[in-house]
Amino acid sequence: MTEIVTDQTPPVLHGPSDKEKKYDRQLRLWAASGQKALEDAHILLLNSGSGTVGVETLKNLVLPGIGKFTIADDSIVTEADLGVNFFLDEDCLGMSRSESCVRLLQELNSDVEGQHYQFGRDRPLEGLFSDATFTLILYTLPIDSNNLTLIQKYANEKKVPLLSIHSAGFYSYFQTHLPGSFPIVDTHPDSTATTDLRLLTPWPELSEFAQSVTKDIENQSAHDHGHIPYLAILLHHLARWQSEHGALPSTYKEKTAFRNFVSASTRTDNAEGGEENFEEAVAAVLKTISSPHLSGAVKEVFDYKPDEVESVSSFWIIAEAIKTFYSKHNALPLPGSVPDMKAQSTIYVQLQNIYKSKARQDVLEVLETVRVHPGGKDIPVTEVEIFCKNAAFIKLIHGKTSPASIVEIADKEFESDDIAALAMMPLSLLPIYLSLNATSHVPSASSSEIVATISKIIPSASSNPRIVKAAEEVARAKGGELHNISSLTGGMVAQEVIKIVTQQYIPIDNTCVFDGITSRTQVLRV
Amino acid sequence: MLKQNQESCSLPPRMDRKEYRLLIEHRGAGGLGCEILKNLALSGFKDIHVIDMDTIDVSNLNRQFLFRASDVGNSKAEIAARFVEKRVKGVSITPHNCKIQDKDDVFYMQFSIVICGLDSIEARRWINSALVNLFDPEDEDSLKPLIDGGTEGFKGQARVVFPTLTSCLECQLDMHAPRTAVPLCTLATIPRQPEHCIEWAHIIAWENDKPFPALDNDDPEHITWLFQKALARAKEFNISGVTYSLTQGVVKNIIPAIASTNAIIAASCCNEAFKIATQSNPCLGFEENYMMYSGNDSIYTYTFKHEKKDDCPVCGNLARELAVDPNITLEEFIASLAERAEAQLKKPSITAEKTLYMQAPPQLEKLSRPNLVKKMGELVGNGDEIGVTDPSLGAVDFKYKMKFSRDFASTA
Ligand SMILES: [Zn+2]
Repeated sequence: MTEIVTDQTPPVLHGPSDKEKKYDRQLRLWAASGQKALEDAHILLLNSGSGTVGVETLKNLVLPGIGKFTIADDSIVTEADLGVNFFLDEDCLGMSRSESCVRLLQELNSDVEGQHYQFGRDRPLEGLFSDATFTLILYTLPIDSNNLTLIQKYANEKKVPLLSIHSAGFYSYFQTHLPGSFPIVDTHPDSTATTDLRLLTPWPELSEFAQSVTKDIENQSAHDHGHIPYLAILLHHLARWQSEHGALPSTYKEKTAFRNFVSASTRTDNAEGGEENFEEAVAAVLKTISSPHLSGAVKEVFDYKPDEVESVSSFWIIAEAIKTFYSKHNALPLPGSVPDMKAQSTIYVQLQNIYKSKARQDVLEVLETVRVHPGGKDIPVTEVEIFCKNAAFIKLIHGKTSPASIVEIADKEFESDDIAALAMMPLSLLPIYLSLNATSHVPSASSSEIVATISKIIPSASSNPRIVKAAEEVARAKGGELHNISSLTGGMVAQEVIKIVTQQYIPIDNTCVFDGITSRTQVLRV
Repeated sequence: MLKQNQESCSLPPRMDRKEYRLLIEHRGAGGLGCEILKNLALSGFKDIHVIDMDTIDVSNLNRQFLFRASDVGNSKAEIAARFVEKRVKGVSITPHNCKIQDKDDVFYMQFSIVICGLDSIEARRWINSALVNLFDPEDEDSLKPLIDGGTEGFKGQARVVFPTLTSCLECQLDMHAPRTAVPLCTLATIPRQPEHCIEWAHIIAWENDKPFPALDNDDPEHITWLFQKALARAKEFNISGVTYSLTQGVVKNIIPAIASTNAIIAASCCNEAFKIATQSNPCLGFEENYMMYSGNDSIYTYTFKHEKKDDCPVCGNLARELAVDPNITLEEFIASLAERAEAQLKKPSITAEKTLYMQAPPQLEKLSRPNLVKKMGELVGNGDEIGVTDPSLGAVDFKYKMKFSRDFASTA
C-alpha cells in the first residue's frame, strides 16, 4: 500500500501510473474508491477441514490487491493437502499449514501483506484477537464448535461481517452473517434500466427547450427535422396528444396509439425512406412514457426504522432527506443523465445541461435537509450527489437471519419442488444445504447419521428421497474437497467479499448453495 | 435430485484421467488459462497441452496468478506450463507458443477434450468449426467435446459442445450480439459522447495525420496521441468525460476482468471436463449445455439447453431465409452481414451459381470486384440460394435463401 489510486484524470502528458496499469481491468468495475476500500481491508481466514476453499478464496483477494490477510490454522501439511491445494508444495510437508499457504499466496502480489497464526495447545486461538483488527472474517467448515463460538463472539462485539464456507465432494454452500442492516448506494444497475427522463412531468426549462427545437416543425428543413432529439419529439407529441385527448397516454393501449401517432409524423420523402430520430422516438415510447414508481427495494429503505447507532450514519441521514424530498415532490431526485440520441452536438449538450442543472437543483434541496439534521453538518456534498444519482437503485440487505424457521423454509421449498417439473423450474438445493450443515462440526459422517441429524429439525427428512440422496453424496465425499468445486466456490465467496468490502454491487442475502452435479446455484434466506 | 440427464453422457467409453489428453486454448486478456491449468492438474489429469500465442503484460498480473512481474514479456504458455509442472507432482504440460489456426487436424485429433478460454469470437468460431469438421461418424475417437468459458466483469458463462450432436458455438452466436458501430457521419460531424471523440481520433484523425507508421494499441505513446486528439475535439464540442483510461478502453475494446469471476468460470469448465472423463456424474452437454452466471445483483445462475439449429452454417445443412432489398449493392449487402447477430462476418466471400465476390486470392478478388457496385437484383433472383464463407473463421459456411423485401427497380 505505497500509493493510493486517485480519482483524477492523469495529467495530459502522462499515462496511467504503474498501479493503474496493473489493476486496469478491475478499476473499470469498482473504480478508485472500491480499490481504496480493498487496500484498507484486513481479511482473516480461520482455516479448518481439508483447507482448500478458504485459500482459493484468498487467492482471488490477494490478486486484486486486498491490503492485508491473515490465515489462522492448527493443521500441519500432509500428503493429502498436496493433491487438492495449489498453494502448498512438497517442500511444505510437515510444516505449519497457515505459514506455508501464506508464503505461497504472498508471492502473487507484492502489494499485499500476509500473516499467519498457527494455533494449538500452547498457543490458543484467543491470542489472535488481542491486538489485530479485522474488516471481515472467513471461516471454513467443518469447524471445532469452541473455535466457532470464539470468532462469533468477536464478530458480534466488533460488528465484523462473518462468512462461513463449506465445500465437500460436488457440493458447497456459503453464508454471510452481516452485523445489522447493510445499505448500498452504488449498486451498479444495468445501464439499460437507468434511463429516467420525466417526460410526463417536464419542468419549465425542459418544456421550453422542446418547444424551441420543434418550433414550426412542419416547415423545418430536412436536416433540422432529422436532427430533433427524440426526447423533444416525444414532448412535442405529448403536448399535442394532451390537447386533443385532454390527458396524457397512460394505458398500454393509449401508449401504442401514441406510438403510431409519433410514427405518423416521420418524413418518408427522402432517400432513406424514414428518419432515424423518429425511429428512436417510436422505440422509446413504452420505456420512457411512464410515471416513475418506487421500486420495492427503495420502499424497503424508506420503511426501515434505523436503530440509534444506525440513524447517525450518513446513509440513513441522506435516506431520510430523500424520503422528505419524495413526499414533497412525489418523485426521487433526478439522476440527470441523458442517453445518447441522434442530435446536433450543440443541441445535445444543451439538453444535457438542462438535465444536469435540474439534478443539481434537486441535490441542493436534499442537501439542505441533510444540513438541518444534527449529524448532517459534515456529510460531504459528493456523498449526497452520488446518493441522489443512484436513489432509484439503493438497496438494503438485512443481514439478519430469516424470520421463518428452517421447517417453514423446507415446507415452502419442497412444495415448489412438487410443481417444478411442470413449471420448468429447477429443483430446490435446500437438501444440499441441510446435508452439509449436518456435518458442520464433524470431519465426516455416514448418510444415516446425516439424515438423523437433519431429522432433529425436520422430522420428515428420512422420508424425503432428495434429502436422503444429498446425504449419501455428502457421506461419499468423506469430508474431502474436489478442487474444482472449491475453486468455483472460492470465486463466488471472493466476489461476495469484494461486494461487502467495497459496498458496491449487491451481496447475497444470505446463503448460496452450489450443486456441481447439475451446475446450478440457489440463493436462500435461512 | 439429479435431473433426468442421467443417461446423457453416451460418450467414448470410460477412460482413466491418466489416459486423457487435454488441450487448453487460451488467448487474450481474459485469462482463464491459468485457472484451467491449475484445476486440471489438481483434478488428476496427467497429459495437458496448452496453446497461447500471447506474451505476459503487466495488466495480466491482477488475475493471472502463474505470472510474476519478472515474467512480463515472456510467453504465457511456456511460463504457465513450467510453473504448474513444478507445483503439482506428476503432471506433464506441453506448451505451444502459437496461434490455434497454425495447428492442423492431425494435431487436434490427438486430444480427448478441448477447453477454450478465448476472448475473441473469431478464434472461438474457428476452433468450433474445426472440431465439427473433425468428427467422422465412423470413428468414435474423432468426437472431441469442446468446453468453452468466457467472462465479463462479475458475469460469465460455461458451455459444453459435443460437435455435430449438440448445439455448437456457431448455433449460439446470436447470444453474443456484436456492438453496434457508431455511424461515421456522427463521428465526423455531430459527436455527442466522449466515445465519439475517441473513435474520431482513432478512425479519422489517425488516418489524416499518420503520426506513427502503424497504430500499436499497446504503445502508450500512441494511446496518448489518440487521447490528446480526442480531448481537443471534446473541448471543441463542449463534451466532457474523455480520459486516458476511457481512450484505452474504447481503442482496445477492453472488457473488465477479475480473478474471482475467472475462478468461477474456469472451475465450472473443468468440473464438466472432470465429469466427462470420470463419468462420475452427468455432465452438461446433451440436456442442459449452457450455464450463465451473474454476480452483480446477488448470485444468479441459469443453466439451460440451447437447441441445435438445422440452419447452422457449421453443424446444420439447411439454408436460412434472408430478407434482402434487391436495390442495394453487393457491397452494401456484404457490409450488412457484419452487423447481423447470427453472421458477424467481417470479410465474407459470396457465391451464387457463380462467384459473386471473393476476398482472396488477389487475382480472383480483382476479377470479382466489379460486382461490388452492382445491385443485388442484378446478381441473384428472388428465392436463389447463396453461399457465404469467411476463411478466417475456418469452415463456416452460411447458406442463405434470398427473399426480396421489395420489387427490384431495374436501372438497366
Ligand atoms: Zn451449430
